[in-house]
Amino acid sequence: MELLERFAAGDLEAFEALFRQHQKEVYFWIVRIVRDSGIAEDLTVETFWRIYRARDRFHPAGNFRAWARRIATNAALDHLRTTRCEIELPEDLASAGAADPAVRRETREQIQQAFFQLPAKYRLVATLALIEEEPYDKIAEAVGISAALVKVRVFRGVRILRKKLNSLGAEVGAK
Amino acid sequence: MSNEENNKEIKGLLKTAIAPLKDPELRRDLWPQMLQKLSQQPARVPWFDWALAAILSAVLLLFPGAIPALLYHL
Repeated sequence: MELLERFAAGDLEAFEALFRQHQKEVYFWIVRIVRDSGIAEDLTVETFWRIYRARDRFHPAGNFRAWARRIATNAALDHLRTTRCEIELPEDLASAGAADPAVRRETREQIQQAFFQLPAKYRLVATLALIEEEPYDKIAEAVGISAALVKVRVFRGVRILRKKLNSLGAEVGAK
Repeated sequence: MSNEENNKEIKGLLKTAIAPLKDPELRRDLWPQMLQKLSQQPARVPWFDWALAAILSAVLLLFPGAIPALLYHL
């Protein structure tokens, strides 16, 4: 019996094999959304827990990687929804904040503050599309929406971000 | 300003503040944590236990006089 069939049948060893094969990839996907390594580790475990509970619904002929990414995205989105108003800089971002020393620290902080205040669904697609530069198709598949809707969400996220930055006094170009 | 230019400008601004994560390393194997979470799963109550409880509740509701007899036998 194939690994995915054994997993779908509830075989724990098959699940362990799949976990070890995919944990890095799932973690890599999540950490780029939540931008905190500790939270990403917890969410990786949460993702696989959801995968294990939903094993009955998985078709062994299906794409496990895409299915896992979709569940990971939902777990990360749930996290963003509960921590929406948190504007403190996560540990991974603290070092990333030094990306461009030419930009004033105050401006960087304003951008971060505005970004972390975005509604979760916009923040998710904006992070993946604008910062991580993932293709729209891949984001669409992971979120479970069309690529056109991803574009709409990116556009709306940018519009909200621009308004927030303007209200914070940051100099941003045309509206 | 077109949408493309709009996105490009914001993308540039965002990247000055939040740099992309190039190769985030997973620092440890998460399987032990996974096993711990699996072992914490609440035990599932079999469907026939729920059915038995439902039948018992229905009987007690329909025949309240059976309650003393039940208590006597417990």
